Amino acid sequence: MIAPNHNWRQFKNVAMQVVAFVCAVLVVSPLLMIFYHLLKQGLTSINLDFFTQLPKPVGEVGGGMANAIAGTFILLGQAALIGVPVGVLGGVFLSEYGGTRLNWWIRFAADILNGVPSITWGIVVYALLVVPMHGYSALAGGVVLGLMMIPLVMRTTEEVLQLVPAGYREAALALGIAKWKTIVQIVLRTALKGIVTGVLIALARVAGETAPLLFTALGNQYWTHQLTEPIAAMPLQIFAYAISPYDDWHRQAWAGALVLLFLVLFINIVVRFLTRDRFRQKT
Amino acid sequence: MAANQNPTSTITVPKGAGEAALTVRNLSVFFGERAAVKNVSIDIARCAVTAIIGPSGCGKSTFLRALNRMHELNPDARMQGEIRLFGDDIYSRQVEPVVVRRRVGMVFQKSNPFPTMSIAENVTVGLRLNGVRDKKVMVERTEQSLRMAALWDEVKDRLGAPAISLSGGQQQRLCIARALAVQPEVLLMDEPASALDPLATSKIEDLILDLKKDYTIVIVTHNMQQAARASDFTAFFYLGELVEFGVTSKIFTSPAQKRTEDYVTGRFG
Repeated sequence: MIAPNHNWRQFKNVAMQVVAFVCAVLVVSPLLMIFYHLLKQGLTSINLDFFTQLPKPVGEVGGGMANAIAGTFILLGQAALIGVPVGVLGGVFLSEYGGTRLNWWIRFAADILNGVPSITWGIVVYALLVVPMHGYSALAGGVVLGLMMIPLVMRTTEEVLQLVPAGYREAALALGIAKWKTIVQIVLRTALKGIVTGVLIALARVAGETAPLLFTALGNQYWTHQLTEPIAAMPLQIFAYAISPYDDWHRQAWAGALVLLFLVLFINIVVRFLTRDRFRQKT
Repeated sequence: MAANQNPTSTITVPKGAGEAALTVRNLSVFFGERAAVKNVSIDIARCAVTAIIGPSGCGKSTFLRALNRMHELNPDARMQGEIRLFGDDIYSRQVEPVVVRRRVGMVFQKSNPFPTMSIAENVTVGLRLNGVRDKKVMVERTEQSLRMAALWDEVKDRLGAPAISLSGGQQQRLCIARALAVQPEVLLMDEPASALDPLATSKIEDLILDLKKDYTIVIVTHNMQQAARASDFTAFFYLGELVEFGVTSKIFTSPAQKRTEDYVTGRFG
């Protein structure tokens, strides 16, 4: 019963498994290396000042990134205000309304937009907002991140709405419930966790964007009092500090990168928690 | 709105039918080019159970869905003919499908209670989303509907529990309660027991016999015994056509058509 090339086949089997395993390790190793490096370099610079102080001028030791941390959250807030309603409603249209051909084009366009380099987004918003408003602004920064969120949120919303069984829609419609109420109260409610997950993933994605902010939010060493002023953001501050020649700023950049990574990690853990709950609910 | 039936109808209404709840005239339903239901005329008797039988693909589900315009969810669907609900043309230009569906409720093959809602919320969802705000009405209607669906005694102590914590048979009765809560005039059932075990099936059948005191019921079924046990009238569909329609006992014992006899005796289908 033993095939003539038994040993050779066994060898190939083992060899390919080893190759696949090494590739899998290669996928994980950058994350581990980033983590190790950031913890080693950044942890010593993280203290209360880092979260509460403004950046100090060159030469003065200490200071923090309070304005950049707040700036990132302000930018993400604006981005969510734009990206969530437009993205979710767009996803509703794709899933619940619209003809096959039209939807194919919208999907196609959204997928292309998801692949557009982020710096291109920055240039577009620079031309659309920064130039007419004669200046960099927090608003432009929020808009660019929001625009980037739209196709992401739209596609994930569509996908999770498609997972809602048609039977629920039929049941609601057969009760004489209007279509829009069926969508809002039954379909969206059933898919809520999936939508929240998609929104959080999109937020995590844009939270670390630097290039589009260079053209829009610009960065700021001080607090921003109006959305028409330039605003600091963590990726921008990290970039500015990292390319500076000062050791103290380098340390701050490491610390900022570590905090940003933890923010993204935290969002991902929340996502994991939500999705796990969803599967548990399944009968 | 009631009782203006057309006496010149060419269809023989079985004896004992009384007033017709639904009068269907020359109904054809198309999906694109394909005719799923062909020129069907039938009177559905009020406060009685009418069973629709026939092999798979014979158009019986499509016919049922045309009775409350659910077939329109398919964008390719198109209909010809006329359906009147107690005299009202349900396909009239001014009539919205939503209004038709409030009067003609539906229970599906696969039980589909809303997973985000409790048992009680599932029962009252049709009322809430149609603008009923009165708490007292809701509470009353919850109990009344669950009692009618023979589910009250099993769930009265846990109305706040998730609907999906119920068993399959209970879930289907919950769906019936949900449909009853909006007080429709007609209840359509699309193979309501085909996914259930024999015990749960017999509960549903008892329930159907109970409900016909107040409701007009149209039930599509693959189960010949079920049609024989639970219905007063039976319509046999084949290839989109209504082959024979009459009192159930007659359809099952001495059908006029050879095809009907072959089907009910299990020779094909």
